[in-house]
Amino acid sequence: MVTVRSESNLKNATMNHDPFAWGRPDDNVYGKYNQSIAQAKNNELDAFPKMHTQQPIITGTSVLGIKYKNGIIMAADNIGSYGSLLRFSNIERIIKVGSETVVGVSGDISDFQQLERILEELVISEENYDNQGENNLRAPHVHEYLTRVLYNRRNKMNPLWNSIIVGGFDNDKTPFLKYIDLLGVTYGSSTLATGFGSYLAIPLLRKLIPDDKDYSNIEEEDAKKVIQECMRVLFYRDARSGEKFTLVTVNDEGVKFEKDVEVTGQSWEFAKNLVGYGSKQL
Amino acid sequence: MSSIGTGYDLSNSVFSPDGRNFQVEYAMKAVENGGTSIGIKCKDGIVLACEKIINSKLLVPGKNKRIQTIDNHIGVVYSGLLPDGRHFVNRGRDEAQSFKSIYKNSIPVPYLMDRLGIYVQNYTCYNSVRPFGIVSIVGGIDENGPHLYMIEPSGSYWGYSGAATGKGRQTAKSELEKLDFENLTVAEAVKIAGKIINQAHEDNKDKDYELEISWCSYDTKGKHEFIPDDLLQEVLKLSQEDDDEDDEMES
Repeated sequence: MVTVRSESNLKNATMNHDPFAWGRPDDNVYGKYNQSIAQAKNNELDAFPKMHTQQPIITGTSVLGIKYKNGIIMAADNIGSYGSLLRFSNIERIIKVGSETVVGVSGDISDFQQLERILEELVISEENYDNQGENNLRAPHVHEYLTRVLYNRRNKMNPLWNSIIVGGFDNDKTPFLKYIDLLGVTYGSSTLATGFGSYLAIPLLRKLIPDDKDYSNIEEEDAKKVIQECMRVLFYRDARSGEKFTLVTVNDEGVKFEKDVEVTGQSWEFAKNLVGYGSKQL
Repeated sequence: MSSIGTGYDLSNSVFSPDGRNFQVEYAMKAVENGGTSIGIKCKDGIVLACEKIINSKLLVPGKNKRIQTIDNHIGVVYSGLLPDGRHFVNRGRDEAQSFKSIYKNSIPVPYLMDRLGIYVQNYTCYNSVRPFGIVSIVGGIDENGPHLYMIEPSGSYWGYSGAATGKGRQTAKSELEKLDFENLTVAEAVKIAGKIINQAHEDNKDKDYELEISWCSYDTKGKHEFIPDDLLQEVLKLSQEDDDEDDEMES
């Protein structure tokens, strides 16, 4: 029944507080909302509650990235954790995108796999269709594209649950390294890390490159050494990390993947001094 | 022309009393004037090549490619109306992408041809559209090895070892028939392709042409790409050496 709008009606008019009709007038103001107008209700989709991602399931831990004078280095281990269970030990989380860019992904592995497919489609349409040589997909393009994808998904309240580092070369051939996360937040730096690494590895990386622009003095050797040191520290202190990792170097010679690199020079001497984590019974 | 439609050629989807579809045959005529395209299937991959007639000196050399990529592992070249070809390629890309989004795998070449065959055939069934004015040669590598197909305006497509279409197809076909496809490699086929295109161009000598060659082989890791510039220059030189010999013989 449509009631005629009167002063008394408006005075009593209240908002509908049902979460599915929030903000609409109460039914007693204009009558019941007619869902059939302009197909306002999608019966097929509304029949079952829609779930958005609320937590990651299988996860990958930190990704590290560093610039040096000829390019960038990136590292990530091969573990896929199911909560605290180290469920998979063969997950490759750094992927090559196009011919001169790498993308390292931490966070939800299934979302990472979805990103892999999205990026493959991007590469095919931008780099392989009618590309007459000079229009390669470069790191800044991949980075900007990913920020749009992640920010768009966050605005749908259904984020891709990842932190991502994109490494490669800028349009002017200088090293490029930037970060994106599930909120669409993005920043760039000469030293980057995701997850636990942003607490444990960043200070160590910044010891090598204190000022952002100083990366141009850094040799590949030194950058590699500090990355390996960070991976060791992370293996010591991050319970979701693994002993084997992939180390990727991008420089003017191309993209080089070193797989199954092991954390070397471990010393667990410090462990005997740890007290208060339940492992040591006093 | 051998026959005139006498009223049966005004609309698509209409047969003549002797069972022919004239619009489709006329589409073939459009193709017969286009620049020559060829495809060669080898034991380790496929080679596509075409003769791109230069209609104007103002066109930028090396641009406006006529060989295109449908998916990483599939290439296509066509003779006839170029805009029709572009549309055909777009449809191929959509099909390849749609297959990938469903099956998370690259489309096998025969499956792509099935879908493109249906699409092209549809354009012979309605009076609101006209058939494609192109014959396309589609080639690529999938898990079953190399494939080469040629598809016509009627929508029929056949697998070939060597395919040729366009103005110089007769010359090209008779050259292709001499090849030993079982033992041919793409490295050899590239040079042969350059020669065949050059020979097929003989009848059309008043116009300059640009040679385009692409390949898709195990050496390119299954990727369809243009051959490197230095190889193209070498092939070009080889094919023109023949010309010089011919000229000497004539003089």
